[in-house]
Amino acid sequence: MIEIENVHKSFGDLEVVKGVSLTVNKGEVVSIIGGSGSGKSTLLMCINGLEPIQQGSIRVDGTEVHARGTDLNRLRQKIGIVFQQWNAFPHLTVLENVMLAPCKVLGKSKAEAEAMAVRQLESVGLGDKLKVFPGKLSGGQQQRMAIARALAMSPDYMLFDEATSALDPQLVGEVLDTMRMLAEDGMTMVLVTHEIPFAREVSDRVAFFRDGVVHEIGTPDQVIGNPQKPETAAFLKSVI
Amino acid sequence: MFSTGFTLNDLRFMLEGAWVTLLLTFWAILLGTLVGVICGVLRALLPRATIPLAWLLDVFRSVPLLIQFVLFNSLKSIVGLNWSAFTVGCVVLGVYAAAYCTEIVRSGVLAVPLSLRRASRSLGLSYWQDLRHVVLPIATRVSFPGWLNLVLSVMKDTALVMWIGIVELLRASQTIVTRIQEPLLVLCIAGLIYYLMSWVVSRLGVQLEKRWQQND
Amino acid sequence: MFGIDYSFRWRSALRALPDMLSGAWVTFETAALSMIFGVIIALLLMVMRQMNNPLARGFASTWISIARNTPSLFQIYILYFGLGSFGLHVSSWFALLAGITFNNAGYLAENFRGGLKAIPDTQMRAARSLGMNAFQAYRLIVVPQLLRIVFYPLTNQMVWAVLMTSLGVIVGLNDDLTGVTQSYNVKTFRTFEYFAIAAVLYYLIAKAIVLAARLLGWRLFRY
Repeated sequence: MIEIENVHKSFGDLEVVKGVSLTVNKGEVVSIIGGSGSGKSTLLMCINGLEPIQQGSIRVDGTEVHARGTDLNRLRQKIGIVFQQWNAFPHLTVLENVMLAPCKVLGKSKAEAEAMAVRQLESVGLGDKLKVFPGKLSGGQQQRMAIARALAMSPDYMLFDEATSALDPQLVGEVLDTMRMLAEDGMTMVLVTHEIPFAREVSDRVAFFRDGVVHEIGTPDQVIGNPQKPETAAFLKSVI
Repeated sequence: MFSTGFTLNDLRFMLEGAWVTLLLTFWAILLGTLVGVICGVLRALLPRATIPLAWLLDVFRSVPLLIQFVLFNSLKSIVGLNWSAFTVGCVVLGVYAAAYCTEIVRSGVLAVPLSLRRASRSLGLSYWQDLRHVVLPIATRVSFPGWLNLVLSVMKDTALVMWIGIVELLRASQTIVTRIQEPLLVLCIAGLIYYLMSWVVSRLGVQLEKRWQQND
Repeated sequence: MFGIDYSFRWRSALRALPDMLSGAWVTFETAALSMIFGVIIALLLMVMRQMNNPLARGFASTWISIARNTPSLFQIYILYFGLGSFGLHVSSWFALLAGITFNNAGYLAENFRGGLKAIPDTQMRAARSLGMNAFQAYRLIVVPQLLRIVFYPLTNQMVWAVLMTSLGVIVGLNDDLTGVTQSYNVKTFRTFEYFAIAAVLYYLIAKAIVLAARLLGWRLFRY
């Protein structure tokens, strides 16, 4: 369970997250929508400690993420994250990209890590690209590889930071399919996304962010289908 | 107390040496840039036909400058050219600079995207007009930082002409060191002068670049 | 055109070839040593530049800017003549090696910094998000990519180091390629022949380095 309580986060003088509280239960898929600069992506980076917070608390399975004694490397092993800019490691093949962390961080044997990596890559449809370098792949393929790379750590949680925003329109579908598959498998997921129909389809709950706070939250049918706040309705109108 | 045999006259002698350094740099860069721009544009536009040129210029970048000075100097006496050591210095440094300048200009021209050239040709510009008004101005801007580095490195390389008997800054300092036996002091002053000259040149370059960027 | 009143004596000059070849080996060795020390110092300078200690930062940036803004011959001079003022008398070979190392370190530190800038922060982020610690992220993700970026400048610097060794002769070195050539020149005054052979040897060393680097590059960087 991820428990976010009254989190504040600033970059210098600019406060981007202004007191967000949100709980994500095991097996739940929560989508965060909202305009750019509303603090959605930043919150995601705070969940696995890639960004420090100034106030409030984030607990993952009861562990305080931003407490002093927390072993963040340990914690990050169970929180996978997929970035907007996929961030493939260009000097490693697709297979090596996925194997690296299981080998070096989890200390798995090469054979074990490779078997796991191949399985993950096959499940995202990249079984025939194992020996290829990421530079030779399309954006969609690189993003699917990034998903496989995160999944190879057998995480309990997956965070998606606008995973499809940097892709060409015709490549969005393949990545969404992969994410949908994951949701159906019961993975606990937090998605920051601009794909409203997709969010409506896969999410258990949807949160609308505005000015660094959760402006409206509820089931997809409530928030997207029948928004209560005028700002939510206006936002939805502007993106669909 | 601190006492030194270093006199104002010595300083003047060193500054005269520095002037020779600047003159050498100026002429070498002038020659190097003229030859380099022509060779560089040719290398970019006719890559196949100019491969031998590339090999030739590569030789100048792969042989120590000191050896080039000595070789050219002795070649000069062999063929009976009546050139001063200063002229030899300028020519050798100039050819050396040209070898580097060619590469700088070539990559500058190649950095102009093909789509831009297509665009200008589609507006009806001729091959030469395109080259003159679109390609070269852009290539100049791209090449400028590299060219500025070349100026600075040629200025430093002028120190080697002392080997063929030209009294420039470093040689002048050495002469004074031999007389007053205070190498550290004299060399530090020489270093400071080099440093200042480099600093002024790179400052001027940065100013120029800024002026261009404002127009972009 | 010109009355050439000079008979080339290549045959007698070529008899010096064995000596010149052993000089070439000294040249190569000196350059290689200066590169090894240069890389190590450059990495240290790079780290010092990132430190919060103003003294360390100042030291590193002073080193780098002197190395880049004064002639390499001047740097060798300072070490050869200047250290004498402190009663430290070093051999011309040592002054040459130290001078080139000083120069290499300054240029390489700048290259390394540029290379590090070229690797996006997001790579570090992605590595950390997979649970790697900072050291693992550097070793497995950043350094391999940095190596590729600085590989070409490193090769160039090695060629320059070889060319710079020729300056040793000015401070009296006599067993490197230029030094050996100069000794023969002084004895026989066949300047052109001896220095032409030296030029060819330098060219071959430079090309051999570039070729070796290219082969190594193909093996190392498959992407």
